Amino acid sequence: MIPHVPLGQWVSDLIDWLLATVPWLFDGISSVMQVLVDGLTDALVSPPPVVWIVVATVLALLLRGPWLALYTLLAFLLVVSLELWVETMQTLALVLVAAVIAAAIGVPLGILAARHRAVSVAVRPVLDFMQTTPVFVYLAPAVFFFGVGVVPGVVATILFAIPPGVRLTELGIRQVDREVVEAAQAFGARPGQVLREVQLPLALPSIMAGVNQVIMLALSMVVTAGLLGAAGLGAVVVRAVTQLDVASGVEGGLAVVLLAIFLDRLTASFGHPTAVSRLLRARTRRAAAGAAGPVVPAPRSEAAAPAEAPASR
Amino acid sequence: MTSPVLRVSGLTKVFGAREREALRLAAEGLGRDEVYRRTQSTLAVHDVSFEVARGELFVVMGLSGSGKSTLVRLLNRLIEPSAGTVEVDGRDLRALDDAELRRVRNQKISMVFQHFALLPHRTVRENAGYALKVRGARVTEQRERADWALETVGLLDRADARPDELSGGMRQRVGLARALAADSEVLLMDEPFSALDPLIRRDMQDLLERLQSELSKTIVFITHDLNEAMRLGDRILMLKDGRTVQLGTGPEIIAAPADAYVADFTSDVDRTRVLTAGDLLREPRLTARLGDAPGDVLRALGAVEANGVYVLDDGRRIAGVARDHLLARAVQEGRAALGPQELVTDFATIAADRPVVEFVHLLGRHPVPLGVVDDDGRLLGVVPRAAVLDALSAVPVTGRRS
Repeated sequence: MIPHVPLGQWVSDLIDWLLATVPWLFDGISSVMQVLVDGLTDALVSPPPVVWIVVATVLALLLRGPWLALYTLLAFLLVVSLELWVETMQTLALVLVAAVIAAAIGVPLGILAARHRAVSVAVRPVLDFMQTTPVFVYLAPAVFFFGVGVVPGVVATILFAIPPGVRLTELGIRQVDREVVEAAQAFGARPGQVLREVQLPLALPSIMAGVNQVIMLALSMVVTAGLLGAAGLGAVVVRAVTQLDVASGVEGGLAVVLLAIFLDRLTASFGHPTAVSRLLRARTRRAAAGAAGPVVPAPRSEAAAPAEAPASR
Repeated sequence: MTSPVLRVSGLTKVFGAREREALRLAAEGLGRDEVYRRTQSTLAVHDVSFEVARGELFVVMGLSGSGKSTLVRLLNRLIEPSAGTVEVDGRDLRALDDAELRRVRNQKISMVFQHFALLPHRTVRENAGYALKVRGARVTEQRERADWALETVGLLDRADARPDELSGGMRQRVGLARALAADSEVLLMDEPFSALDPLIRRDMQDLLERLQSELSKTIVFITHDLNEAMRLGDRILMLKDGRTVQLGTGPEIIAAPADAYVADFTSDVDRTRVLTAGDLLREPRLTARLGDAPGDVLRALGAVEANGVYVLDDGRRIAGVARDHLLARAVQEGRAALGPQELVTDFATIAADRPVVEFVHLLGRHPVPLGVVDDDGRLLGVVPRAAVLDALSAVPVTGRRS
């Protein structure tokens, strides 16, 4: 017979040992997170809703255009009319804090993994573990370490949201054209310069796709965070489920979906030219073309066709 | 030839874990396939040596897999050599530490890439000035050098565009400008025109020839196109399976291919553009001088079975051509010496450096073969039509591709 391996017991012992040895670490993390989430929540909730609705609508207009702006306006007005504004902003604060921290950990880790094969090999199984472990398994240790409330929810959310940030950053950097990297090296660029001036800018769309995924995964964790006592839409849904209150369950769920669509469409534009940047570029180029004066005809045949295309597009 | 700027000796690269063993087997003369079978390591380049003089355009020519892309990257240590030395201006690159190597790359050796390798998020001007940015030059200096380089390649009016707004040929002009702006002595060009349309490729070759005549860089040019190699290269190194097969000038390689592999290439070459009058000229079998006796000249003509002969003055310049029937009349009329009235201008001449394509239409239209003359009009030799036809048809049939 195969003897029983007390794997779970070991982990449980490890957690006890950590709690006994470095309690200040968890207390520290806990209070920092609490301050971040509370601060952001206050900032989002204290002004009248119309302020943030206008800000969000303008942001959507600048980054994506009129359709998302219209959606944003209607969606947020609907949230207000459902009387879920405060809960939605609490959830938004939790998501933003968790996503920023997850991205701040995931992107540098992805860069390291792209540059050092050993890191990549070591990190991959950990990411697999983090992504596939059922979310509820995180919850018990998170409660042990950080108690109930918003912090364990944020921590569990961060853990859950890190992997796509790492993976898409690594992939993005690895996919940068080898010849372009070689070119930078061939002209004497230092490794740091190659990273900053070539690899990161060229990997940006992929990295930003990773950040988008981080945000979406973070949002999908809010209901779970509600189980741990975090305020917000998660709490609304959890309460509705425990009280079999279909009406408020539907409303809370709808608010989550509305917020998710807004965040996804907005962040999907990261790493791609936005309406604003397109406008700015067209303007600077028109100015440059005007200043250049009479254009010297480019010699030889292939110069002709593209050179005569209009400067703006 | 001045002292070599670039001196490469015994350069070798093995990709794979069992480098030492692969090197030993290669030194024993085993081929690439056998080395791979025994060590699972790839012998990319083996024991390549050459020198490139200041201002020379040196071509490395080989098919894909011949190791030419690896070879060019060994020259600036983008790929670390397994053995051998690369010296630039007498300094061994392999002895440099990272910082020194970066300085050499930034200031002494520039590279032009097959797929241009421009930074897509930077403007044409920023791309052209990249080497100066890396070396921390002032913004005004970056701009100045970049604009000079762009003007040199005829692209200054597109300086504010992004690479993706340019055609392939224009992008490679930017690649060239980036290398020129660095003001380095040595230019490594890794199949720079292979990704371009044939017409654009011709334009770029013209541009490179023009730049080379103005700037006289020391260039190592990689290509798989022997016509391009013949057209541009002062000398050509033929690479096969990572080893040197032949090293020589274009006409040398055409005239005497080292083996079937090279012969195979040369059979595809447009010889009319490679062979020059100077390559084909020979001593005329007969010349006459002003003042010779017409009877003697006529007899000599009979002896070589010809009906016309070049008549030279004291400086070996061509005075004209003497025809047999005019010589006969001169003999009948009792004139003692060849003079202007016996001569006709029924001949054509060409300079020694002109390729066959430029004089093929002149062949066989005159009683005398085409004359090859120097700048002062002195006769260096003649090119009979048969000699040209012979050279063009001499395809070594040792190893034709099917």
